[in-house]
Amino acid sequence: MEANAEGMLSPYRVLDLTNERGFLSGRLLGDLGADVIKIERPEGDPGRRLGPFYHDTPVPEKSLYWMGFNTNKRGITLDIQTADGREIFKKLCRTADIVIESFDPGYLDKLGLGYATLSEVNPGIVMASITGFGQSGPYRDYKAPDIVLWALSGLGYVTGDPDRPPISPGYPISYFFSAIQAVIGTLIALYGRSTTGRGQYVDAVTLLGLAWATGPEVQGLWPTNNQIVKRTGRIWPRPQVGAGGEVNYINVPLIYPCQDGAVKFFPFVEPGMLPSTNGLTQWVVQEGMASETLKNVDWSTWNWQTVTQSTVDEIVQSFSRFFMQHNKAELWEGAQNKGIQLYPVFTPKDMLAFPQLSIRQYWQEVEHPELGTSVVYPGAFTRLAEGSCKIRCRAPLIGEHNEDIYVGELGLSKEELARLKQAGVI
Amino acid sequence: MERRPFEGVNILDFTWTGTGPFSLNPLAFYGATIIKVESRERPDALRSLGPFKDGIAAPEQSYYFAYCQMGKRYNITLNMSHPRGKELARRLVAWADIVADSYATGTLEKWGLDYDSLKKIKPDIIMLRSCMHGHTGPLAGHHGQGFILTALSGVDALLSWPDRAPAGAFGALTDFIAPQFNTICLIAALDYRRRTGKGQYIDQSQHEAAMQLITPLILDYTVNQRDYTSNCNRLDYAAPHGIYRCRGDDRWCAVAVFTDEEWESFCKVIGNPALASDPKYSTLLSRKQHEDELDTIVEAWTATRSPEDVMGLMQASGVAAGVVADARDQAGDPQLAHYNFFEEREHPVIGKIPFYHGPCFRLSETPYEIGRATMIGEHNEFVYTELLGIPDEEWASLMAEGVI
Repeated sequence: MEANAEGMLSPYRVLDLTNERGFLSGRLLGDLGADVIKIERPEGDPGRRLGPFYHDTPVPEKSLYWMGFNTNKRGITLDIQTADGREIFKKLCRTADIVIESFDPGYLDKLGLGYATLSEVNPGIVMASITGFGQSGPYRDYKAPDIVLWALSGLGYVTGDPDRPPISPGYPISYFFSAIQAVIGTLIALYGRSTTGRGQYVDAVTLLGLAWATGPEVQGLWPTNNQIVKRTGRIWPRPQVGAGGEVNYINVPLIYPCQDGAVKFFPFVEPGMLPSTNGLTQWVVQEGMASETLKNVDWSTWNWQTVTQSTVDEIVQSFSRFFMQHNKAELWEGAQNKGIQLYPVFTPKDMLAFPQLSIRQYWQEVEHPELGTSVVYPGAFTRLAEGSCKIRCRAPLIGEHNEDIYVGELGLSKEELARLKQAGVI
Repeated sequence: MERRPFEGVNILDFTWTGTGPFSLNPLAFYGATIIKVESRERPDALRSLGPFKDGIAAPEQSYYFAYCQMGKRYNITLNMSHPRGKELARRLVAWADIVADSYATGTLEKWGLDYDSLKKIKPDIIMLRSCMHGHTGPLAGHHGQGFILTALSGVDALLSWPDRAPAGAFGALTDFIAPQFNTICLIAALDYRRRTGKGQYIDQSQHEAAMQLITPLILDYTVNQRDYTSNCNRLDYAAPHGIYRCRGDDRWCAVAVFTDEEWESFCKVIGNPALASDPKYSTLLSRKQHEDELDTIVEAWTATRSPEDVMGLMQASGVAAGVVADARDQAGDPQLAHYNFFEEREHPVIGKIPFYHGPCFRLSETPYEIGRATMIGEHNEFVYTELLGIPDEEWASLMAEGVI
């Protein structure tokens, strides 16, 4: 692994006890140069069981989930459920600045490794806990998988098509909203430490992060207007306010299916957006797929306040027919040439083919000597002038840095290391 | 009260809409001083986005704007197309530790406030520039919108049934993802400057940041050439796992069973303990194989109960379940209340704003402070005459000439 000296956080050491709910936290700190030590159980982290897998081989060293979120970390094994393991962990805390964990609330306290104990070992330590519901409150001990938090946060109710149940993401994303927040809290605490000399405890709560992201439309209209926002899926209802203040909605799609997926387009009529809306209209007319209504529309005098649903439907039908005659790449290319604000609903394949990302050198090829190959990753999450943000090393293999840390840094002998290994402590 | 960590940190805020202010709010919660720069000709675009107080589309009545401005700020007007406006901006830069903007490439360049110019005024300045495609490459000048970014970042693709076009994200979900990465960078940059004396330039492509969340799905493509298709509420390693209809109008509850032990508990809760050992459902693989039938069994039970009862009964037996909360449920949620999630702030025009929030974490030692949305030019006199020390005659001429 290259030296971390060039990263903004290079003086800091992080002990990363997280499972898949918090992998991202340590990775972000590592991306900015911190020395992150991922601590796994001797048999490997349970997060290594998560797919997808390299060449679809479901073994712990080939989990792409693990590989993706544990870059820029060194890896050691340690069973903190054993007394020996706990003593070793406390020793590691003496030289650490940050501990991040995502166990159920109270788990580390029961093991005698809660914040109170660790801050005695090292008063400067900052400890962050990532959980679904937080360290206290009536739901503290509730089971909190992603879908449950998504539901309770308010995002579930407004997401999905009205004719089917609400939906949650097919790939879980709830815990990212606390994993990143945990890093924010940790860095605030660390910055504060530079004047107080003392660390503190960060309680990162997924429910709070997701509920914040539900936003002002949902949260503003209930307490002030007794109005409950419902899911409308790919339809974006435009309000029409009648003379008596009554509101009627015109349904307009924001997402349309196309040959190989979907695209996003809305006929905005604000002056700056007229060229986009006119551009698509002309394109549809040129290809002979415009209804009479679309052929005759004058977007410069269009008024969403007075238009009828049937007029909108006739236009939407033309757009829909047109999109179904094309694939995402054709539509994107044409849109770029004609100045149309149309965007494909990207899947990873589209992302890899998107020139802007290649030109900015977003994709980073990372060596995997153990696989005899290299793998293309999403690279830096941001661009910095001073200090780097990039992938410096692939995710660790199970116990890959045991000798570096235990022998090289803690000063254990190789014999002690072997004994601890045999005893199942590391 | 403990001193807050960012007291003494000054931020000059040229950002607008969602991602920019969300990036800065946590610094304000913990003590930073922010001056938000607007102009009467070019107010923050969110001031014209609803919902609005009383449904009236006025600049000081947007709930959307108010929601994005929960961190305390001073608000000034400054006409950047006036030569004296540019000169004033340079004096504000000299005051600042951080300068932030969220325009596409071009605007700050036009104002003479690119990074190189800022460094000449203040060599250790930290500059955050956040836009949709980043500040290099052919799309650097393209303006962004939240609904575009959810498409480009893959978030819309995640929110899809397999048999139809994606429903997509509700609103601009990525406006709540991208800024979190910026906040991290800003605090790291402050720490770096404290230690090394060096400033920083942060060029965020909101697209690049948001895609980080789906790294494993991207690797599945780069390694296995498998492109992503969503199966929304289902998960490979759990069954049942979904959102199920409950009693009432459009009422739903999420239920998720991961382990065999949870499956046994689930069967007891629904009053059918024998089901646990039915070979059709007794293992995860068998449950996955018969998932459609299984979902029918789950929904037959949930449909006659309120979502609150389903959650309460399931969670009491160690099975994951959660009400699909609407805005009213959120307002009454005891866990959100425990964390004091909804805080009320008073606004001079809107009156009571009952939906303000602090940070999404709690620090054990350091308290946070929430501000309120500012009005255009609200703090002109304080900022220009007291903070910058502009004499009265100059202040009067700046106003007379339309610089402020």
